Amino acid sequence: MASEPQLEAVKGAKVLMVGAGGIGCELLKTLALSGFQDIHIIDMDTIEVSNLNRQFLFRQCHVGQSKAKVARDAVLRFRPHINITPYHANVKDPEFNVDFFKQFNVVLNGLDNLDARRHVNRLCLAAEVPLVESGTTGFLGQVTVHVKGKTECYECQPKPIPKTYPICTITSTPSKFVHCIVWAKDLLFAKLFGDKNQDNDLNVHSGDADNASRHMEDVFDRSVDEDLEKYGQKIYDHVFGYNIEIALTNEETWRNRRKPTPIYIKDVLPDNLSGQNGNLENCTTEESAVSAMSSLGFKNSQDVWSLAESSKIFLEALRLFFEKRHKDIGNLTFDKDDQLAVEFVTAAANIRASSFGIPLHSLFEAKGIAGNIVHAVATTNAIIAGLIVIEAIKVLKDDYKNYRMTYCLEHPTRKMLLMPVVPFEANKSCYVCSETPLLLEINTHSSKLRDFIEKIVKNKLGMSSPLIMHGSTLIYEVGDDLEEDVAANYSLNLDKVLAELPTPVTSGTILTIEDLQQEFSCNINIKHREDFDEENEPDGMVLSGWTMASTEKDNRIMSNGESTSTALEMQGNTDDIEITAGEPIGLGGIKRKHSETSERLEEASLTHTGSSSANQAPPEDVDDNEEEDDLVLLDNDPEIGKKKRLK
Amino acid sequence: MDGEELTAQETALYDRQIRVWGADAQRRLSKSHILVSGLSGISVEFCKNIVLAGVGSLTLMDDRPVTDDVLQANFLFPPLESEYVGRSLGELCCESLKDFNPMVCVSVVKGDVAQFDGEFFDKFDAVVVSGCSFNTKKAVNEKCRKQSKRIAFFAVECRDSCGEIFVDLQNHSYMQKNSNVAAECLLSYPSLEEAIMIPWKGLPRRVTKLYFAMRVIEKFELLKERNPGEISMFDLPDVLKLSKELCEAQSLSESHISVALLERLLAAGRRECPPVCAVLGGFLGQEVIKALSGKGDPLKNFFYFDTADGKGVIEDISN
Ligand SMILES: [Zn+2]
Repeated sequence: MASEPQLEAVKGAKVLMVGAGGIGCELLKTLALSGFQDIHIIDMDTIEVSNLNRQFLFRQCHVGQSKAKVARDAVLRFRPHINITPYHANVKDPEFNVDFFKQFNVVLNGLDNLDARRHVNRLCLAAEVPLVESGTTGFLGQVTVHVKGKTECYECQPKPIPKTYPICTITSTPSKFVHCIVWAKDLLFAKLFGDKNQDNDLNVHSGDADNASRHMEDVFDRSVDEDLEKYGQKIYDHVFGYNIEIALTNEETWRNRRKPTPIYIKDVLPDNLSGQNGNLENCTTEESAVSAMSSLGFKNSQDVWSLAESSKIFLEALRLFFEKRHKDIGNLTFDKDDQLAVEFVTAAANIRASSFGIPLHSLFEAKGIAGNIVHAVATTNAIIAGLIVIEAIKVLKDDYKNYRMTYCLEHPTRKMLLMPVVPFEANKSCYVCSETPLLLEINTHSSKLRDFIEKIVKNKLGMSSPLIMHGSTLIYEVGDDLEEDVAANYSLNLDKVLAELPTPVTSGTILTIEDLQQEFSCNINIKHREDFDEENEPDGMVLSGWTMASTEKDNRIMSNGESTSTALEMQGNTDDIEITAGEPIGLGGIKRKHSETSERLEEASLTHTGSSSANQAPPEDVDDNEEEDDLVLLDNDPEIGKKKRLK
Repeated sequence: MDGEELTAQETALYDRQIRVWGADAQRRLSKSHILVSGLSGISVEFCKNIVLAGVGSLTLMDDRPVTDDVLQANFLFPPLESEYVGRSLGELCCESLKDFNPMVCVSVVKGDVAQFDGEFFDKFDAVVVSGCSFNTKKAVNEKCRKQSKRIAFFAVECRDSCGEIFVDLQNHSYMQKNSNVAAECLLSYPSLEEAIMIPWKGLPRRVTKLYFAMRVIEKFELLKERNPGEISMFDLPDVLKLSKELCEAQSLSESHISVALLERLLAAGRRECPPVCAVLGGFLGQEVIKALSGKGDPLKNFFYFDTADGKGVIEDISN
């Protein structure tokens, strides 16, 4: 490995690492050991206790400090003479523009979210710097290489969409525990403790919706002198009892479903009505440490509470919020590190689950679901970091014939736990790295520019500082240095419907959308359409030619965890993993590719005789005079192989 | 559930990995004792992984003085040379590892692993050896097998751009989880000696060529009484001759042992490639965690990684 030309390539290289987390710590260490001498590293995060089991460059005493800076100092301890430049910043900050990216020979991603991955992909394309992308979840991982003109870009393939659920499943017909969690967190918790002005679908749609929602307002407002205990019981009876009764009146809903049982506090805790507070002496006075579990004497977060226990914790947590954290009420959002919030959400979700006959879960499990907590182990990160360095060295030597994307598997496929695959060629209709226009169906008479920017430009195209042009006329742009009158004009435009803009956007219009920071632009063909299906096309507009997978199309409540949650259900590989986010994914393609891979591998092993491997040059160093078994071949059709694969 | 519950501190620290392998597995890990002899690049990576995972204790054995040579793929030492003069590699690594996780007890035992009797190994649940002669590996493996208690044995070697892991879990039962149905499985492992005595002709046709090339180099080092990696391109003629003899004796076509691969292994010498150490140290960590926790399908019984093709392959060399 450390042959002379290689050592030169490594020594002279200037590399950018994005992310100093699970993969990042391992990567920085392996880069330093491998002889890299000029490493820049960007990470906006600070160190948390739950990082310490795998982010081995960090210690307890570093909690709260910048990951990028502490990682640098830790690596300089064993490689004191190399240059490591840390940036405690967001990679999306404007200082990291195309010129910044151009100074590097290769960019290595160890990121935890799709958004940042897409941003870096675009900057790498614009700066023409090769990108090595990675991700892990539990024992699974993936490393891919993206080099403009040679391989596909990160966005050429569909990415799993954030896992969301139809609103009616959450409000009326939950069938899985996660539905109860989303209800407890995004509806009930938000209603009780969050911003009062936000829309909230907590009320059940019955035949008499108006009545229900009026009743609602009355219930949730607590008058100044209302007894807290009475208030808690009233909320309990309303959301777990009354609301379910209302829902039951809608017989159509339950024709083919198991009916839920209304739950009232007097049935669950008949003795509790006299009032039984937790033991507050056990509680510390520190706000962050307020806990219903400790005040009631529950210890193990792995235990599953009974309905009665959940009900006690529900009431106690509610009481503690009003008594101990009154000033937070009205501006709380769910945070997985807020113990009391997790207790409340776990208890509420379990009570709702009881009502709907769904199995109950422990606080530990509920916290994982509600917080989209990543499954992470040090070993997978170490393996993936090693593979990133191996690919980075190939990139630096311009050894593109040997570029591989590698899957790290939990269960062997054809004896392999590390499965290298030849990278795909760029997707000719990728809206990011090719110039193919997108098509947007939209009602140009009723959709405002603001909706278009939020739903399409930001959410779907992932642009953060967009500029929108109609021909040569600027309709909208984001920037700090705009003239006052220009800015005023843009904000006027925001509330206009498309057809009534100064330069009207109508069927047949082509809009050009640019992100100056990402140096990325694309065209959108506009097509007017009158009606959209509320459940299936909730945005009121449909973008096509866009590669985000749309496996589920219904109206959704986006579970607003700390990062974009994504379902990653890799067939046959994981039954433990249901909801993941962060570190692992953005792995984006792994779902599609991996499932496709296993399918195709199966096909291949059935029909593939080895002869079609002639299309694939085996890696040079492998001295192999038998019929190959050294290269994984995904396509059993040689023609497909030729088209899709790098040659 | 065996034993006490995890403390709140443990639950907080190990939160993310408990979500991968469960609280029971974490409890079993925290009661496990591991011996590592030979602090090569792979074993250093392994030590980091297993200390982070939260085993009960880790015992290190490596009396070598600290030189630049032994530190090429090592990140477990202090910045100032003055801090490591006169101390063994084991002692230095021990200090750094303690720092990684205060809940794991890390210590050093002086001496040569080959000199210890069977009783010594009884204290451990898993033993990992690296950088010692084939005879030492074989002897330690046999001592582990002779104890009444089951001791998992692992031997690892990195030869620059490729490497090998050998696993002997004796009779290992574990819970296999298939589409949510847990089933108890039993695997029987051969010892290192039994495995490599299996006639080459009887092996599956697609066994990786690295398996054969490693055996040739191993045999060569054994015959010349050298430690792993004490070889160079000067040995090529002798190694080719030996390779030919072995193939003839085993009636295996010589094409199974590629000259280019032997050349790579010889040229590697004692050099270890850090990314390869990271990959193999990662897999070794996972396998030891599986062996200790009884959770997850363990690999049987050889694992290979080679940067030339990028594959990580399991080979089952048993009867
Ligand atoms: Zn693309």
